[in-house]
Amino acid sequence: MTTFAHPYLPLTPQQRQEMLQAISVSDPEELFSDIPPAYRNPPLNLPPPLAEMDLRRELEALASENIVPGPYACFLGAGAYRRFIPSAVKALAGRGEFLTSYTPYQPEVSQGTLQATYEFQSMVCLLTGMEVANAGVYDGATALAEAVLMACRVTGRTRIALLDTLNPRYREVVETYTLPQGLTVDTVPASAPSVDGQTACLVVQWPNFFGYLEDLEALAPLAHAHGALLVVSADPLACALFKPPGHYGADIVTGECQGLGVPLSFGGPYVGLFACRERYLRQMPGRVVGRTVDAQGRTGYVLTLQTREQHIRRERATSNICTAEALIATGVAMYLALMGKQGLRKVAELVWHKAHYTARLLGAIPGYRLPFSGVFFQEFVLQCPIAPAETNRRLLQRRIIGGLDISALVPNGMLVCVTEMNTRQEIEAFARALAEVAQQAPLRHKG
Amino acid sequence: MTTPTPRDTFLAHARRLLMERSTPGRIGASIPDLDVPPQEPPPAHLVRDDLPLPEVSEGEVVRYFSTLSQMNFSMDTHFYPLGSCTMKYNPKVNEEGASLPGFAGLHPLQPEETAQGALKLMWRLQTYLCEVTGMAGCSLAPLAGAHGELAGVLMIRAYHLSRGEGHRKVMLIPDSAHGTNPASAAMAGFRVVSIPSDKEGNTDLSALREACGPDLAGFMITLPSTLGLFDRHIVEVCEMVHRAGGLVYGDGANMNALLGRVKIGHLGFDVCHLNLHKTFSTPHGGGGPGAGPVCVGERLLPFLPTPVVRRQVIDGKEVFTLARPPQSIGRMGAFHGNFGVLVRAYAYIRALGAPGLRQVSQDAVLAGNYILARLQDLYHLPYPRRCMHEVVLSARRQRARGVKALDIAKRLLDFGIHPPTMYFPLIVDEALMIEPTETEGKETLDYFIEAMRQIAREAEETPEVLRSAPHFTPVGRLDEARAARQPDLRWKPMPSGGVAPGG
Amino acid sequence: MAGMERKPYYPPDLRYTREHEWVRLLEDGTALVGITFFAQDQLGDVVFLNLPPPGTRLTHMGKMGEVESVKAVSDLFSPLSGEVVEVNREAVEHPEVVNADPYGRGWLVKLRPSNLQEMDALLTAQEYEAYIAGKG
Repeated sequence: MTTFAHPYLPLTPQQRQEMLQAISVSDPEELFSDIPPAYRNPPLNLPPPLAEMDLRRELEALASENIVPGPYACFLGAGAYRRFIPSAVKALAGRGEFLTSYTPYQPEVSQGTLQATYEFQSMVCLLTGMEVANAGVYDGATALAEAVLMACRVTGRTRIALLDTLNPRYREVVETYTLPQGLTVDTVPASAPSVDGQTACLVVQWPNFFGYLEDLEALAPLAHAHGALLVVSADPLACALFKPPGHYGADIVTGECQGLGVPLSFGGPYVGLFACRERYLRQMPGRVVGRTVDAQGRTGYVLTLQTREQHIRRERATSNICTAEALIATGVAMYLALMGKQGLRKVAELVWHKAHYTARLLGAIPGYRLPFSGVFFQEFVLQCPIAPAETNRRLLQRRIIGGLDISALVPNGMLVCVTEMNTRQEIEAFARALAEVAQQAPLRHKG
Repeated sequence: MTTPTPRDTFLAHARRLLMERSTPGRIGASIPDLDVPPQEPPPAHLVRDDLPLPEVSEGEVVRYFSTLSQMNFSMDTHFYPLGSCTMKYNPKVNEEGASLPGFAGLHPLQPEETAQGALKLMWRLQTYLCEVTGMAGCSLAPLAGAHGELAGVLMIRAYHLSRGEGHRKVMLIPDSAHGTNPASAAMAGFRVVSIPSDKEGNTDLSALREACGPDLAGFMITLPSTLGLFDRHIVEVCEMVHRAGGLVYGDGANMNALLGRVKIGHLGFDVCHLNLHKTFSTPHGGGGPGAGPVCVGERLLPFLPTPVVRRQVIDGKEVFTLARPPQSIGRMGAFHGNFGVLVRAYAYIRALGAPGLRQVSQDAVLAGNYILARLQDLYHLPYPRRCMHEVVLSARRQRARGVKALDIAKRLLDFGIHPPTMYFPLIVDEALMIEPTETEGKETLDYFIEAMRQIAREAEETPEVLRSAPHFTPVGRLDEARAARQPDLRWKPMPSGGVAPGG
Repeated sequence: MAGMERKPYYPPDLRYTREHEWVRLLEDGTALVGITFFAQDQLGDVVFLNLPPPGTRLTHMGKMGEVESVKAVSDLFSPLSGEVVEVNREAVEHPEVVNADPYGRGWLVKLRPSNLQEMDALLTAQEYEAYIAGKG
């Protein structure tokens, strides 16, 4: 009998013995006798166990090997945004009752998660201007992939038209999801998008990957004239400042909610929002919470419309999605509650002014230019005199994490993002550093 | 309709929705003023004139959500023997680790040289998961179990296509499988064929043999099965599928039973996913976040979803990079996986090491069998053999008294116990699927057993108590038919345009 | 309503399918189709119906739609070939009538049969009752 004692393992050797007796087994190895002997108990080569104190040291050591925004000024965006998160969000979302509960299949003892999710759905609808929303999906990219699959189900068509201003990572995820089902993905120019009678949906990112607002007022009728759905992958913060996609007649709106109170955390966990017109409700993927009553007339919330889902409809389900991002959605609901009507608008306005101030400074630096015109929100494209990769290496030496290198899409292009967290000092230091690095002699490349 | 109790009145007040308690002028967060010169405002025709979000104070938000949280059962507060969900204790040090500023503040698109600690952690976790499963490679990209399944079946598809065998369109799935399996296979374009289980709960070999035709793509199997049983034919099953040119997919939902006991790669599995929010202790969050890394054998290495973390040693120094496998099925999500979940799983494996993980599987299987032994006299045991980490009972005997599995489940709530998984697997009538996990003491197991025994007595003596349970929860059984017939899925303004009275 | 104990009944003037639909011939040559008491009882509270619009051509025992309860979904099969002439709007808007009155107000579609010989392949009430007795 092994005697490995550990805080996560409450059974004592004595108790194990009693339990073995109760099941009439003398050697615990017998518990695994169904495993063919030749394969049983293979060597397991893992580092030795760490006590909590040592574990914490190790995690801290690994974390300290990273350079993080904060100590470094950061102008990276492209789908993940460094934003202010009120302390109350972490305190509330970190409560064990939310953190360590299971999917709310037993509504009588899950009213907390269920009601918080209903709040999330409500605020997603209020923000996007849509009629119904689900409880959230994995992230903004998979939300879009699910949306195009849904558009194909709704229309019975197989062609998907993506504007060429879509985040390339999102396009890749859409392809991962759709090509195996025999669907066609066409990338169409945002300047002259082609939609035809075979098109299930026209997909627009708003603001687009480069930060600029696509003209939803023109795109919606274009899609609808051909019987296609308009699918908009929207930044929910932009919805706090601009008329949202629902206003223009979007049929499905998806988006990444990371910017609403979710830490960057190297790319996840985040949560994707998914909203649509009510008439498409039964084609919507993912979990949905609804309000109802118990036998005594008390209000309560339940998972509803479950027949769409995999655990009932199996291979004919609207999606295979099961565990998604409930806790993150709950955190988003908390963030939106705290920010509220005034706070969220103010954040969006700060972003607008800071981003435009930054663009004005950077566009005035000799050698740099802003190649695109149009209305942008918090991101814009900067053309650098030297390769953005090199520019970024030099910026890093000045404790600045520069914008995303998009030279594959725009010659010497850098996608610059400014949020409410970037101070005037940081912005001006960034402008000075960009001016300096353009003058600097070429660096020797390492590794 | 009965007269509301003071508690009901309190809850109705405390649970008012945010928009119902909204009061103009209230704020819940302080936002600084602009510190740069104001710029030209956005074009007026684009600007939104109303932003209908709640106006509530910080303290009110904290009290509201704290009160809501107290209406949840959770692992931190209750025993949760949910079959195939592996609701085990979620260590607190993992939370602290994931929220270290060096992890939580890291932008996913930072230059790799600025994220070496994070990439090192990911590379090590890939290595550990390969070690646990006996596989050759791993991608941490999938964001949940079903997402990992999708990645896995897409790899099977890509493998057959790469060999010019695109006609292999049939995915075999046991009748005991979780619904995500057929749903994932369908999303990857496969045709699903169900394979029955035999009387002992193993794969029915003759049915499998018959189904292994020239169009066979693969077989998706959960080990141990959702019946809590280790398939005694598993080696033969893998050989049979391989001989027919198919690949074997392992659903890792029940990996907790196998930690350190068998490596499924050795048994012949070609690909599997792991649910880090089950086996590796990351909290379930009320339905996520999870993480569903996929591990593969040599044959599927080139097809792994992007990215994978590679390690090189340059001038004696480890350098970690994100790489795209040569024939990758592509990108599963926007970035590199649910990193915050990966940190927690890494911490869990480091805390336990090999001896700890072996003890985990042993204690989990011991607990499953202990419950089986102490309840089989009162509840029907459809597969009378030793179980693994979970036991599937049937309420068939109680059903004869007019008490359903659902009633037993609801009555358990009154005992402060989260019910087992019900009505699943589908092949067991009135199924109650119980997974206690290794993180419960014998005292908790005994308490659960006593509750189940008392409920069995109640089913004989006072069945109406069970049919109307639960009696001690904030709400009773809810009208789910009404919820589905007249969906109310979001707050809506009162018809008058005002909001409900609040304050 | 489902949940309340009611006695199963299978009107002798109807014909039945093994997929639990019934059909009733009307004097004007059309036929009503619905689901049986047994079917609605097994499903529980019916919450949604997906029915073929008027004009749809149905085939004998071909799929014609779906009926959903809170936690189950079931395919509907047409007992007879023919064209849909009417859908029961009351049942679509208030699916609970399918539980309350499966042979009356809870009918699903009215069709114009194209081959009445297909009636011979359907079960009588007696045969249907014997059939479901074996399913328990």
